[in-house]
Amino acid sequence: MNLRIESAAIDSLMVRLFDQIDEANMPWLMAAAENLRQAFGAQLIDLVPSYTTLLLHYDLHALSESDAIALIHSSLHNLQPLTNETGTLHAIPVWYHQSVGPELTTIAQRAGLSPEQVIEQHCSRDYPVFTLGFAPGFAYMGLVDEALASARLATPRQRVPKGSVGIAERQTAIYPLTSPGGWNLIGRCPLTLFSAERGSLLQPGDRVRFVSIDHAEFIRLGGDDTVMEASA
Amino acid sequence: MIELLVEHSLGFAQLQDGGRFGVRHLGITQGGALDWVAMQQANWLLGNTADAAVIEIPLGGLQLRAQTSGWLALTGADLDAKLDDQPLAPGQAFQLRHGQTLRFNSPKRGVRAYLATPGGFAADPVMGAVATVMRKQLGGLHGNGRGLHNGDRLQGNASDATPRTLPAGALWYPGNEVVLDLIPGAQIAAFAGVSLFAAFNQVWTLDQRADRMGMRLTGPALRYQGQALISEGIPLGAVQVPPDGQPIILMNDRQTIGGYPRLGAVTPLSLARLAQCAPGQKVRLRVVSQEAARREMLNVISALQAQGASFGS
Repeated sequence: MNLRIESAAIDSLMVRLFDQIDEANMPWLMAAAENLRQAFGAQLIDLVPSYTTLLLHYDLHALSESDAIALIHSSLHNLQPLTNETGTLHAIPVWYHQSVGPELTTIAQRAGLSPEQVIEQHCSRDYPVFTLGFAPGFAYMGLVDEALASARLATPRQRVPKGSVGIAERQTAIYPLTSPGGWNLIGRCPLTLFSAERGSLLQPGDRVRFVSIDHAEFIRLGGDDTVMEASA
Repeated sequence: MIELLVEHSLGFAQLQDGGRFGVRHLGITQGGALDWVAMQQANWLLGNTADAAVIEIPLGGLQLRAQTSGWLALTGADLDAKLDDQPLAPGQAFQLRHGQTLRFNSPKRGVRAYLATPGGFAADPVMGAVATVMRKQLGGLHGNGRGLHNGDRLQGNASDATPRTLPAGALWYPGNEVVLDLIPGAQIAAFAGVSLFAAFNQVWTLDQRADRMGMRLTGPALRYQGQALISEGIPLGAVQVPPDGQPIILMNDRQTIGGYPRLGAVTPLSLARLAQCAPGQKVRLRVVSQEAARREMLNVISALQAQGASFGS
């Protein structure tokens, strides 16, 4: 870890801890987030963790930039990574199927695997939630096995159905709401990931294990099996 | 308290307030009135709290009819507003009587008008705010991110107003060239020297692609020479430069994280002004220090609270 603090806006500082995406960053980023929340208290307006950074938005009425920088330094002095996972481990059911995951066979063919082996790979590890962004409750997770890594679609889809599970490079995610998107889709999750009342099911620092379910279970859990058009 | 019926709307007029905070780590954008100065002035005219919910009206195309009489205040753009058939200039509190209509036609000066009522317009807050985010189906009158539609009914939260008068010249409108103050930061050092010179010495043009998420500028292509970035949080006003070299100023409804290099961030005061600029507007970027920008911001806020206006730079 190598702490750097950069001016980001009139009331925001970029707290940079790492230079590369790595699962090992997460315990440090989560620890830093906790310390910063405590140190800033009511003077913290928003704190947005990402893969290597935390964007800290403070109350400019209360703090000057140099006050804020000093507070960041003192709160991250002697930072220790959070031991054990403090985040929740979620088992997330996914119906992996060509009709709702048009890139399942594309990824399999490219990797020289069967679709079943792709599913097995995708379900074989726990993925930390690195950050939420793009859309409410959209959790960036990773890293998937190298063999499953896939570039984003050249032309994003206008409409990716809610619950779609996708891969982009070595990241994986679930679309919480129907939206445009360019990730490679391999299946669909029947759960509601975001609602205004309950917020986001997945939080930064949580871990996710995907569990393969069949069509009947998908429907029983409230999934919508409307068929997707193939990729453009 | 007033009740208004939306008789005609193009669907873009929407409820806004100061925005949604403390939830950006969930991927939820901040939202809020783009011209926050005009919003605060509209609320000041009625003695409301500065961030009470107002109607943000971009470009016009809205007709409201009073179902009961009550107070309103109008600030921001001059959208050729008519109270029945009488012209209604922005910058004042006024009463709308039962049966009267208020119509916003098309922009004469500025882009976004703000309409306030005593106590703010009533709507159930979603995640702490009323701010409408259409793209994310969040907030607004019905909580689902929709703009105002024909048949919608709006109510105020209070009846009593302490109407005030703005000092002359309190409203701001763009001239031939608008200067936007930018606090340098982020990856500014990784842009080519010639690009930095161009960024701050040439005139930019506000593109057609200008909305509540981002305002694109067109002009000389800026060349970023640094490494590809890992996505990180994006502050309000961030000036990001995608591979085509044309900067995008990220506004209230921006994505929460992103991976394009940034020059820095435009100040909130300049963003309020940008909100009144139409496509084709000539714009210059000017470097300011964070400390000077903060001082000006604090002065403007206290002047707005005291007299509803600030006559800074």
